[in-house]
Amino acid sequence: MKNILTVENVCKNYGSFRALNDVSITVPKGSVFGLLGPNGAGKTSLIRIINQITLPDSGTIYLDGEKLQPHHVHQIGYLPEERGLYKSMKVGEQALYLAQLKGMTESEAKKKLKYWFEKFEITDWWNKKIQELSKGMAQKVQFIVTVLHQPKLLIFDEPFSGFDPINANLIKDEILKLRDEGASIIFSTHRMESVEELCDNIALIDKSNKILDGKLDEIKQEFKSNQYEVGLLSENKNDLFKEINTHFRVENSKEASFNNDLRLLIGLNNGDTSRDLIRFLNTKAEITHFTEIIPSANDIFLKAVANNE
Amino acid sequence: MNKLKLIIKREFLAKVKNKSFIVMTVLSPLLMVGLMMLIIFLNEKNSEEIRKVAFVDESGLLTDIFEDTETTKYINLTPLGIEEARKQSEGTYYGVLYIPKSENLLTLAKEISFYSEDAPSLSLIDGIENKLEKKIRDLKIEQLNVDIDKIKATETNVNIASENFSGEKSSKIGSILKMFAGGGFGYLIFMFIIIYGTSVMRSVIEEKTSRIIEVIISSVKPFQLMLGKILGNAFAGILQFVIWMISAGLLMVVLMYVFGMESTNSDAAMGQMNPEIVQQIQETSVTGVQQVIAEMKNLPILTMFFSFIVYFLGGYLIYSSIYAAIGAAVDSETDTQQFMMPVMLPLIIAIYVGFSVIENPHGPIALGFSLFPLTSPIVMLMRIPFGVPWWQIITSMVLLVLTFILIVWLAAKIYRVGILMYGKKPSYKELYKWLKY
Repeated sequence: MKNILTVENVCKNYGSFRALNDVSITVPKGSVFGLLGPNGAGKTSLIRIINQITLPDSGTIYLDGEKLQPHHVHQIGYLPEERGLYKSMKVGEQALYLAQLKGMTESEAKKKLKYWFEKFEITDWWNKKIQELSKGMAQKVQFIVTVLHQPKLLIFDEPFSGFDPINANLIKDEILKLRDEGASIIFSTHRMESVEELCDNIALIDKSNKILDGKLDEIKQEFKSNQYEVGLLSENKNDLFKEINTHFRVENSKEASFNNDLRLLIGLNNGDTSRDLIRFLNTKAEITHFTEIIPSANDIFLKAVANNE
Repeated sequence: MNKLKLIIKREFLAKVKNKSFIVMTVLSPLLMVGLMMLIIFLNEKNSEEIRKVAFVDESGLLTDIFEDTETTKYINLTPLGIEEARKQSEGTYYGVLYIPKSENLLTLAKEISFYSEDAPSLSLIDGIENKLEKKIRDLKIEQLNVDIDKIKATETNVNIASENFSGEKSSKIGSILKMFAGGGFGYLIFMFIIIYGTSVMRSVIEEKTSRIIEVIISSVKPFQLMLGKILGNAFAGILQFVIWMISAGLLMVVLMYVFGMESTNSDAAMGQMNPEIVQQIQETSVTGVQQVIAEMKNLPILTMFFSFIVYFLGGYLIYSSIYAAIGAAVDSETDTQQFMMPVMLPLIIAIYVGFSVIENPHGPIALGFSLFPLTSPIVMLMRIPFGVPWWQIITSMVLLVLTFILIVWLAAKIYRVGILMYGKKPSYKELYKWLKY
């Protein structure tokens, strides 16, 4: 079995509102899977169905090859976007309680908690109440509680909100470490730069439908528009611009010019290759800069959502 | 099931460790004991005092009735005359009784007066009046030339001993006590349902506002969480009730020790004496407290205790699941008002009906409301001290359980949807829609 999670044709209605329309995704084992989409697209509905918080109206879900069953909650760790802890309960007691709800025994949970508390250097928080901790500190406890029972599948919904950059980095490293240790991770966020850094695969949900999915680099390949950014040294920039414009689609680049060169975004016509472009440019001016434009996750997101309008 | 146990344990501990719970549980029996002790103390202080009462008997007919008792001393100031006696008594004696000179026994009775600094104690005046009446009557009989001994021989004392058909003795004090016991238990259950129901609601709202709810229900089913919460709070309530009952029991033992020792002895002894003497003893030595204690022994205390537990659980389970659903539907406690009123209404009606029920515990209104499941926990509990047929208790309990199952089922549906809804205050129409999700 190479997929940890398979969601097949899931539909979910709330009254007359359709929150999920025939959505299917597959999450490969040992990867980080980005579940993306605008607000209200249906991401949380899907995540809640995977967590068995709500049931789908139709469709099937398989976890590690088995049809999803109640006991599977022990194999899933979920950090919801709307998260918190009992404010007046002590950190240690609370962590033990939540761990036991995930099926761990008390002694096992204590041992694991000790390991994580030492790792995050928060051992002396054990007897503090959550309300005595700062938001970032509470988030650390929350993260530990999510991963403590060593779930096969981890679901993080906006995991970095509430963390300062240092701690966000710490958490990011921990997520990657968990992946390397064999866990599979579903990662839902609006912060596209973290998608870029973390995700191997993504799915994009918009208006209750899945509109895009696959490996991130393949999607990028698909979304690239055969554009190149070039820098050219020339005496007469206007003439050069016009000349290139007769053969290719040219725009001024948004990037600032370096060395007073001419910065252009050049799109290839059908049938042309980058070699043709370089050959052409080489005859006209000195090339100081040549890069293929690869769309960022952010660009893909915006484009795909705009196309779905 | 294991998870349910964990949830119950957490909810129970969260409630019991709460400062207000500890204060309520420990302090209120202490307060009650303290209050009773204070009353007893003041009573004794009062009766320890010896009153010195002066009298001026110008008629000379009644002087021999003023014999000193344990609490009252009589001082004869007749030689001084009333004006002088009044002057001397001020600040020295409790008061002066003035019996003017009069040959006519008919008018004498109306001319006697009592002077004192403050309004005199009723019992003292009653006592003196009794003595005077008796003496004047004897004097009148003497004037009529009738043999007093013969008249005394005709005196009879009727004392109706009332019993119900199954042989339990009933008495006036007993009825009053039953009213207090029934009313008290009914009111207690009313308070418990509201206090613990609200506590369940608060706890649901707390989980919503602290946003832990989604973390928890990714591990357990919403229904398990709701049930665990309700049961955890119920156990805390029962613990509190048991603590209160035990302290009430201890209090009763203390009371019996203080007042009851002689009464248990004299109860047994009285059975063998003739009624006239018994009545005399009752008039002179048996205090109200002793009688109350004796009547308390006749109350169906065990039945009351267990039916309190059953009706508390039944009523509490029904109302607290409604409270849980309300808590789930709203975002903060201020939003609960519109839903609270319809919930409180049957409870308040039950209390009002209950207090008329204890006047007439076996009428049709009493029967109806003690079977109707939303009011039965309170009304039935108020009736139980008066003796309720078993079939009625069982019918009302069965109805209670059936209603409980229905309400929990409905509440769970609202709860399940509500806990994940943030930011909007739902209308009744929306709640109805949630039932069908």
